[in-house]
Amino acid sequence: MPNFIDRRLNPKDKSLGNRQRFLKRAREELKRAIKERVKSGKITDVDAEQNVSMPARGVNEPSFQPDNNTGERRHVLPGNREFAAGDRIPKKASGGGAASAGAGTGQSEDDFQFVLSREEVLDLFFEDLELPDMVKLNLKESVAFKRRRAGFSASGSPTNINVGRTMRNSYGRRIALHRPARREVEALADEIAKLEAEANGTAKHRKRIEELRQTLEKLERRRRRIPYVDPVDIRFNRFEPQPLPNASAVMFCLMDVSASMGEREKDLAKRFFVLLHLFLKRRYERIDIVFIRHTDEAGEVDENTFFYSKQSGGTVVSTALEEMLRVIQERYPAHEWNIYAAQASDGENISGDSERCASLLHDELMRLCQYYAYVEIIDERETEIFGTTDNGTSLWRAYRTVDGEWPNFQMTRIAKPADIYPVFRKLFGKQPSVQLRK
Amino acid sequence: MTKGAASNLLFQSSDWNFETLARTYDAIETIALDELGLDVYPNQLEIISSEQMLDAYSSVGMPLMYQHWSFGKRFVFEDHLYRKGRRGLAYELVINSNPCITYLMEENTMAMQALVTAHAAFGHNHFFKNNYLFQQWTDASAILSYLEFAKKYIIKCEERYGTSAVEEILDSAHALMDQGVFRYRRPPRLSSEKERERMRERLEYEEQTYSDLWRTLPPTTAGADPSEVERDVSERKKALNLPEENLLYFLEKTSLILEPWQREILRIVRVVAQYFYPQRQTKVMNEGCATFVHYTIMNRLFDQGKISEGAMLEMLQSHTNVVFQPAFDDPRFPGLNPYALGFAMMQDIERICVDPTAEDRDWFPEIAGSGKWRDTLLDAWANHRDESFILQYLSPALIRKFRLFLLTDEADENYCEVASIHNERGYEAIRAALARSYDIGANQPDIQVMDVDLLGDRHLRLQHNVKNGVFLEENSRDATLRHVRHLWGYEVSLVGIDMESGDTLYECSTEELSD
Repeated sequence: MPNFIDRRLNPKDKSLGNRQRFLKRAREELKRAIKERVKSGKITDVDAEQNVSMPARGVNEPSFQPDNNTGERRHVLPGNREFAAGDRIPKKASGGGAASAGAGTGQSEDDFQFVLSREEVLDLFFEDLELPDMVKLNLKESVAFKRRRAGFSASGSPTNINVGRTMRNSYGRRIALHRPARREVEALADEIAKLEAEANGTAKHRKRIEELRQTLEKLERRRRRIPYVDPVDIRFNRFEPQPLPNASAVMFCLMDVSASMGEREKDLAKRFFVLLHLFLKRRYERIDIVFIRHTDEAGEVDENTFFYSKQSGGTVVSTALEEMLRVIQERYPAHEWNIYAAQASDGENISGDSERCASLLHDELMRLCQYYAYVEIIDERETEIFGTTDNGTSLWRAYRTVDGEWPNFQMTRIAKPADIYPVFRKLFGKQPSVQLRK
Repeated sequence: MTKGAASNLLFQSSDWNFETLARTYDAIETIALDELGLDVYPNQLEIISSEQMLDAYSSVGMPLMYQHWSFGKRFVFEDHLYRKGRRGLAYELVINSNPCITYLMEENTMAMQALVTAHAAFGHNHFFKNNYLFQQWTDASAILSYLEFAKKYIIKCEERYGTSAVEEILDSAHALMDQGVFRYRRPPRLSSEKERERMRERLEYEEQTYSDLWRTLPPTTAGADPSEVERDVSERKKALNLPEENLLYFLEKTSLILEPWQREILRIVRVVAQYFYPQRQTKVMNEGCATFVHYTIMNRLFDQGKISEGAMLEMLQSHTNVVFQPAFDDPRFPGLNPYALGFAMMQDIERICVDPTAEDRDWFPEIAGSGKWRDTLLDAWANHRDESFILQYLSPALIRKFRLFLLTDEADENYCEVASIHNERGYEAIRAALARSYDIGANQPDIQVMDVDLLGDRHLRLQHNVKNGVFLEENSRDATLRHVRHLWGYEVSLVGIDMESGDTLYECSTEELSD
């Protein structure tokens, strides 16, 4: 008789801790994979479910292994049917066929994939931006309100009295407190008048009249005490401001693609635009993205060209603003669209043009835009020099004047990916004045 | 033992309960001990659920194991395959310990439980207890308590030094697990109590004898005489016991940067690697033995009328699945199936003993026709590992049955050549080649610590003895070298030396590797 032990009730998931450790490790890799995708994918794709292959780096366990593509090896295989000694079997492309079949020991792991939900993708994406908590993200954008009936209230202005509701209250109160009806009083008065008209003078008759008069007096006193409409009956219509659904927004991405914008600068700009897009997407049903890039002339382009084209040239920033103005006038009437703009640049501009940019913003664009963010991408070494001061490129100085005047204009500098989120909070965390459109 | 009045059957339906399990166990035990002459550790049979089986799987089959993400990875991987239906769960798991622990899965039918009991609790158990490799190299009675100690020790380290610090050491140690075994000299037996005591003493001793003054000794001036330098080198090597094949052992003992607890972790990984080393050398024999035992016992039970035809059919179905060997050009071909090969060889030995052909008499004069197949098998199980077993017992009849052929594959050529097939001229070559392919010592890269100047730059020099021109896979080689450097603390280089010509084939060093 052996020792039988029933372990079924023992705790399961003994390896839970191991799995958590593994997932934690895999997470680092997934983060890297997501980052790659953000770099190479479209802005709008970031915010979607993703299949990510089990990344090998970081979760594989290296060891000294023989290289199967070198040297001389011998395999013993079963199932020979037609071969005779000395036959030659051509090798298939490396890795397949008889050559690798012989090894028999190499355990290949079928690639298996993690399917990441939208939230997980965003988490991983934001983690890199040092986003502490998605909930805190709160874009204070301007909203148009419409008054909407919202029940009744006991106070309000006379114009809003709801008669029906008031009278219903009054009727109920009158019934409850037994206010004598007019009919009742009039009938009594009629009867008194009739008796007085008979005037037969008997004691009984007089007593009767006296009684009726007393009753009448009581009724009238009661009617006076219980008013027909009491202040407590009065109800006012109540109105509530409701934000108008502003269902569509357009986001203008303006970028300088002159030679000074290298891969690092474009990557930073892209991350900023991605964040902005994710952000707006939470608020609007529909977002258009317009990509405008400029050298010494500006043009609207598709996303791919925006980030990956190698066109280069001089720099005239105002061309981009003019192009944006043109697109707005053509396709995005300001009363129907919420217009956001983000401009990324390294701040270099042709002399004299920066003032023109500022005046374009002053005179035209700021009136149309919900929000305009200017991000200057600077060298990491410059962070200390420029981080806090107002000094900087001519564009920066020119924009300072706009910044002072328009609350829906923000500007800042970034130098590395970790800067983006704090800057983003700075740009969008502030509450712009409620009604921007004039 | 209660037997049904009407029938002799041990069990009727596929449901099991503890009573039928015990009754069946007794019947199996009788056959195993009395008829087959097996010698086993006491058995402990544990009933577990399928999730628990997955758990056990992923911690390299041990009931106790320290925590590490790679076990989690294995779980996620196995779980993934299992859920997709690509891989079934093993029906059984057995642990080389005393008492021998066998897991029975709750979901198995009674016929399967009987099969597993015969297979694991007697087949594997007997093999563990009697095979010379296991006898010499593993300590079945101590392993569980050692693992318990290891688990607790690592938890303690994680608490004290942080999970990631421990993980880094474990990662590096795992990378060198294959180079962490003594292949030729037997390691001392472990005893967990002594183990702990020794560890404590070691630490105390180190603390007591530590003197900062030693650090300030002036460096010994190296003499200009080249012969003296040479003598220094050879003395140095002698003092460090170089060359050393067990990298983990060397690092544990010699590395200058490791803290005592880190050394202890290396030691734990090394002990675990050593414990599993015999299993890796006896896969064919171990599985063959267990399969042969269950097949024999189940047939015997059927002959005795103790199991029904239905149960026997179910058993046979599982059995044939296990010993299925697809041909090399079959898309299902995963290599030679150790169950199939081992089982076939053992059946073949029985046949040679009982009913030999003239060819068998030529090839196996000592056993052919002796009739003593049980003794022959018991002897083979006790005294061989896969390599020597195949070299000794693979018969021409079996080579023909499997239609084995030998393929040589040279990297420079764009074809493989069929060197030998299953004919008169080929038997010897095929047998020798197959035996060699099961020799871990010959197939694993031979990497040894050659030299290190502890008083100089402390550069650790490893040597890879290249056989047949087979190099190391470069990416994992470099990654592994980084792990070695992590444990050693200074630069590490690896030289590939051709075994035959003595030429240097390649050199690489962690100095050249970027991170």
